[in-house]
Amino acid sequence: MMDSLLTNVDWVEIGWASWDTLVMVGMSLLFSVLIGLPVGVLLFLTGKRQLLEQPVAYAILSFIVNVLRSVPFIILLIVMIPVTVMIIGTSLGVAGAIPPLVAGGAPFFARLVETSLREVDRGIIEATQAMGANVRQVIFGALLPEALPGIIAGITVTAITLVSYAAMSGVVGGGGLGDLAIRFGYQRFQTDVMVITVALLVVFVQLLQMLGDRLVLYFSRK
Amino acid sequence: MIELDQVQKSYQVGDRAIPALHPTDLTIDTGEVFGIVGHSGAGKSTLVRLINLLERPTGGRVLVDGEDVTHYDAAELRAFRRKVGMIFQHFNLLSSRTVADNIAFPMKLAGIYSKAEIRDRVAELLALVSLTDQGNKYPSQLSGGQKQRVGIARALACRPTILLCDEATSALDPQTTQSVLRLLAEINRELGLTIVLITHEMDVVRRICDRVAVMDGGRIVEMGAVTDVFLHPEHPTTRDFVFESENVDRDELQQDLQHAPGRILRLTFRGESTYKPLLGHVARQSGVDFSILSGRIDHIKDTPYGQLTLSLVGGNLDQAMAEFEAADVHVEVVR
Repeated sequence: MMDSLLTNVDWVEIGWASWDTLVMVGMSLLFSVLIGLPVGVLLFLTGKRQLLEQPVAYAILSFIVNVLRSVPFIILLIVMIPVTVMIIGTSLGVAGAIPPLVAGGAPFFARLVETSLREVDRGIIEATQAMGANVRQVIFGALLPEALPGIIAGITVTAITLVSYAAMSGVVGGGGLGDLAIRFGYQRFQTDVMVITVALLVVFVQLLQMLGDRLVLYFSRK
Repeated sequence: MIELDQVQKSYQVGDRAIPALHPTDLTIDTGEVFGIVGHSGAGKSTLVRLINLLERPTGGRVLVDGEDVTHYDAAELRAFRRKVGMIFQHFNLLSSRTVADNIAFPMKLAGIYSKAEIRDRVAELLALVSLTDQGNKYPSQLSGGQKQRVGIARALACRPTILLCDEATSALDPQTTQSVLRLLAEINRELGLTIVLITHEMDVVRRICDRVAVMDGGRIVEMGAVTDVFLHPEHPTTRDFVFESENVDRDELQQDLQHAPGRILRLTFRGESTYKPLLGHVARQSGVDFSILSGRIDHIKDTPYGQLTLSLVGGNLDQAMAEFEAADVHVEVVR
């Protein structure tokens, strides 16, 4: 009965596509966090009336982040091709999709980090300074631990955004569930493939959100 | 000893400098509890933050034990700040750390204490602020008064010689305020800590301060021993604060006085004279009759005082006034 409804579904193909999505989202999330976190901290610190207020540095950093965020991902994917070739050696496949995903994810995450750091009570920064902390100690001892729940929520949102970005990676032959949905579900009118891939993506996003929410709750002491 | 020498602070807004604190001289002695009262925006927050340089003065010198702290480099400044504890209106505890970790935090930042030292000191401080069983809780699980006790324990962790209190009781209910003030007085007495306390409540000053400065518009407008300032306020702002703390409605008082016959005197008793059965004695000796229009008997820190407004009729008024003064009672003729 299942087989007669899902005639076009090749489960091995689906399995590989799911794996590709996982790899793309996982790797690009990792690098988005590794790059976005320090950039977000810098954005916060150099901002107006903050610890290392630097209007020029802030303006430059903020401009770069805004440019990357304002380019639609599908365009970023293409614009990034030369850069991707430089880093990875190829612009094709799962590996070729990761640099543009990071270019889209890191600035997005950096803004979320900046926002969650701004939510930390200024009084806590002041109190930490009054205890004789230097800037490094304020960042690692007070700011980041206090903003941790917000940062985890930001990682969750970024991960989910990357899932939807990864769906476009078919343009550079990136593969993954989204690519499968477009190539088979849309272009070959295989509705059953479309339904299965979309269902899997929904489940994937749900799981990410649940995991994120749990972690936020665990780290919130407020 | 903390000395402010022509210290001033102004903020640059556009191309205009807005003064927050006009050039101010102030000396706070070692071991005293010094109060700074003022309405919000009077400059008291700025003043207290100039002492540990959370705010940089735009002029003048800040001397602590004779050393000009405004010339410290970054490392010296951090070492200096460890010797100046600070507590805040909204406690400013780290919500991500337990009570014990909050108290240990300044010691960890200092990087000069061993783990065992930190553990022992935290236990000692928890006991001092009566929170021995609460070490593993998070700040969000505590009441306001308990949070401020954690704040105090944290401020004392590195054994400071000065404690700055920024509206430390303003977010607390009256009962909790009392217990926190008692704790501060105890710390001042037993550890010999110099306490600088800013508040908008004259009552807080009355309870624990030795001396007080009243601020208005970025200036100290009146300063002196709390008993003097409290019982004989000179500046209009000071009078406002004192009346407010005594719950006296001045218009109402004026009306009451209008209806009273005879001479109206305000008597101020201080210390021992507060308890002497003076009124009846003077009335008999001088033959005046009196009625009490208003009165208050209370304590300023450890000094009992009484302040009575009397209307006096008949008898020998001059003799009565002379007798009051002979008994060390301050007499002020209201009408």
